[in-house]
Amino acid sequence: MQPTETFFSGFAPHDLWFLGEAALRTLWLSLLAISIGSMIGVVFGWLLSVSRIGGGFVLSPLLDIFRSVPLIIQLVLFYNFAPIIGLRLDAFDAGLIVLIVYTSANVAYVARGGIEAVSQPMRRAARSLGMTYWQDMRYVVWPIGLRAVFPAWVGVALGVMKDSALVSVLGYVELLKASQILITRTQETILILAIAGAFYFALSYPISLYAAHLEDRWNQ
Amino acid sequence: MDYNFHWRPVFKALPDLLQAALLTLEVAAISMILGVLIGLGLSLIRIHMKGPVMWLASIWVELARNTPALLQLFFFGFGLGAFGIHFSPYLIVLMGLTFNNAGYLAENFRGGFGAVPDTQIRAARSLGMTAFQTYTRIVIPQVLRIVYYPMTNQMVWAVLMSSLGMLVGFRELSGETQFFASRTFRIFEYFAVTAVIYYIIVKIILGASRLLAMRLFRY
Repeated sequence: MQPTETFFSGFAPHDLWFLGEAALRTLWLSLLAISIGSMIGVVFGWLLSVSRIGGGFVLSPLLDIFRSVPLIIQLVLFYNFAPIIGLRLDAFDAGLIVLIVYTSANVAYVARGGIEAVSQPMRRAARSLGMTYWQDMRYVVWPIGLRAVFPAWVGVALGVMKDSALVSVLGYVELLKASQILITRTQETILILAIAGAFYFALSYPISLYAAHLEDRWNQ
Repeated sequence: MDYNFHWRPVFKALPDLLQAALLTLEVAAISMILGVLIGLGLSLIRIHMKGPVMWLASIWVELARNTPALLQLFFFGFGLGAFGIHFSPYLIVLMGLTFNNAGYLAENFRGGFGAVPDTQIRAARSLGMTAFQTYTRIVIPQVLRIVYYPMTNQMVWAVLMSSLGMLVGFRELSGETQFFASRTFRIFEYFAVTAVIYYIIVKIILGASRLLAMRLFRY
């Protein structure tokens, strides 16, 4: 029997390269979003904790929007809104900006929790010892608050890493998009989904284990 | 800025969008109920059992927690499709969400069970309660109180996650919006309205859960 002509070609070793490159793009995108978003989020969290009107009544409802609307809707909205106000953004930039805002909104509440985890008497004691406000923040609130909310922050960071898969909707070829492209060509759905899943898992699982381990140790 | 917003087609489609929002709520609620039941089972298996069954439960929990929800959805959609098992978009989303919910809830429940002291269980048993009675009357009510807030969160997550349905052809709120948006090319307007609907749904869920908590945990 003659082999039938086909558009599809099997999964070849060099396709692993293609997936690997895409995995690096996922990694880079999430690293940028998590680091920049966390820095902004900590500032927001500080604002939430110090200002009742500015933080509680203005910032908090604003940040809440980004936690109450699906990320995929945020991505599509922003990607289509940017040209309206004359911004020319490619999929990476648009995705990164949305992810940064999303991260900072989530980190803000974590950071506020950390600041509030430090008891008032402790902070008054620090101030009575002659520490300035910022010294108190840097040497008392930061180390204690960080311990209290570090696991929660890891949870947010890993969530952003996994959610970065949604940027594929805008056409950015990160890991999930790359695996879809390969699936279309090779028709080897299970294998490729498993490879993509294994990558996310290999990144996320050790970090979550480590965070749980730290939490246990600090709780002792 | 020379873009003209056209909101009229969106408002015309609003009844359809709200209908789709009900579908979103429905699939999220069913996946949540199934997720609670399965998650409860998974957490009890991980606490009390050893061997292959325990490993399977652990694999479920860790896979659900450590891979993107979209990938899980694709697996139920296209992955099983490769084996010739085809489901409707509704079932794909339902299974994907249930898989994810069960994994996350199992971990919450495990924490909840860990917080009930063993001495209470032994006390209940020595009062003559059966294991089943001990669980339903002593352990579960306390665990419920601990996991109530994480469960509310998970319900919100389920609603937000169901938006991924638009990528597997399910016409819940996001899928329906996508459908209308691609017919009129008023993408921004449609998705802006959808974002507002999601926001309202989430607020309603949080408000309802707060009211329920006031009734449930009065004493």
